[in-house]
Amino acid sequence: MADQPSFADDSGEGRQVVPAEPRPGHDEDLEELELGLLTDAVYRRYGLDFRNYARASLRRRVRLAVADEGARTVSGLTEKLLHDPPAMERLLLRLSINVTSLFRDPGFWQSLRKNVIPHLRSNPFVRIWHAGCSTGEEVYSMAILLQEEGLYDRCRIYATDFNEVALQRARDGIVNVDQMQDYSTNYLRGGGLGSLSDYYTANYGHAIFRSSLKKNVIFSQHNLVTDGSFNEFNLILCRNVMIYFNDALQSRVHNLLHASLRRYGYLALGRKESLRGTPHEADYDPVDEGERIFKRPR
Amino acid sequence: MTHDLSPRLIVVGTSMGGLHALSVILGQLGADFALPIAVVQHRGTDGESAMLTSLLQLRCALPVSEANDKEPLVGGHVYLAPPDYHLLVDGGRFALSTEARVQHARPSIDVLFESAADVYAARTLGVVLTGANADGAAGSIRIKRRGGHVVAQDPATAEAPAMPAAAIGTGAVDRVLPLDEIGGFLNVAAFSGR
Repeated sequence: MADQPSFADDSGEGRQVVPAEPRPGHDEDLEELELGLLTDAVYRRYGLDFRNYARASLRRRVRLAVADEGARTVSGLTEKLLHDPPAMERLLLRLSINVTSLFRDPGFWQSLRKNVIPHLRSNPFVRIWHAGCSTGEEVYSMAILLQEEGLYDRCRIYATDFNEVALQRARDGIVNVDQMQDYSTNYLRGGGLGSLSDYYTANYGHAIFRSSLKKNVIFSQHNLVTDGSFNEFNLILCRNVMIYFNDALQSRVHNLLHASLRRYGYLALGRKESLRGTPHEADYDPVDEGERIFKRPR
Repeated sequence: MTHDLSPRLIVVGTSMGGLHALSVILGQLGADFALPIAVVQHRGTDGESAMLTSLLQLRCALPVSEANDKEPLVGGHVYLAPPDYHLLVDGGRFALSTEARVQHARPSIDVLFESAADVYAARTLGVVLTGANADGAAGSIRIKRRGGHVVAQDPATAEAPAMPAAAIGTGAVDRVLPLDEIGGFLNVAAFSGR
């Protein structure tokens, strides 16, 4: 089946699996070295740990930062980072703001309404965690959905991110009005029952989400790399966060998520993320495999 | 070119006209094709996702699927960049990213090509097909810089000539081929890559 994650060559026909050896040249080794030195330097100077971030996307983002900062090399960027804290703040934003949108993946929100909400209803009290909420679009999507499903008042939503700038943007709930058109389409495709404009007020090119959506939301700083479990939840969303982490860090986060999920609770990953090869793969049952929604049966 | 062409990974980029072009090319690949193929086709975010995969699978003897994050690259498999993600190569596996669009595109051809060149260097074979903008041109330059090879579809055979023409214009294209010769070329290239 085309969309099922299947990592092995399961054909059983003895088709040759190319071992895909990378063949780095001399320059590449040097850039790789510099990247390692950069993450070490940042960790030792600022205590910010990017050492276990996925290499390909990290490399790309660092290269963009090198160009933007006018450094000639990765090492040149490191020099700036060490001696010029605002440069570190800029890099931090670059590494932690995940571009996202309201009701991204409408199919996911449809599935949530259909497959998860009815079961959450049976709880007198529902705790939801958006782990790595970035600028909050996913949180507002959830708040809108819960209000429409009549569940909002029973919910406490915890929205965490390690980046305080992103969190503040999430708290502010301000969106560019131009984006609302696309968001409106997503909202409707995601099963929206009314009109997206019911949920915000617009002024001078900006739209602000109604504060009623935030009433039961706690925005708080939390670092998935270093921090522990702080509560137990009925539903945890960690979507398109672990794509930026390597295997070791992904495993750590899965341990954390599992420890934070109540029995019969739900875990939602990003549409192209997988439990394959992660420590708790066997501890979840699929609810909607295609939309990466899972349930903890025990 | 062919005497030193022994790729380990083929990366393909296309936009307008891509469905037809990919159907032709993938339809010509031998069932024993031994290399992984990663494809970026510019696509909207609106959930017609499974359809592209199904349509191409109909024409292709090799398994066709959307790449998942951290999925290993397996020879003889065609991987499509999923909508609204950038597709990168990270060692012997794929990596996804939701970063900003590049030239209005996500997935971006340049992002894939550059990432492939980082990891596979001279063992990268880039293929630039029909398309309406210049995505892939910068990526082609990067592949060449790392010692890899680039093939472009002859713009005269392309529904939208701008994309292959832009790549050709950079001087980074080793060979220009009409659409119906690309599949055969890849079969030969994959054989020498074993």
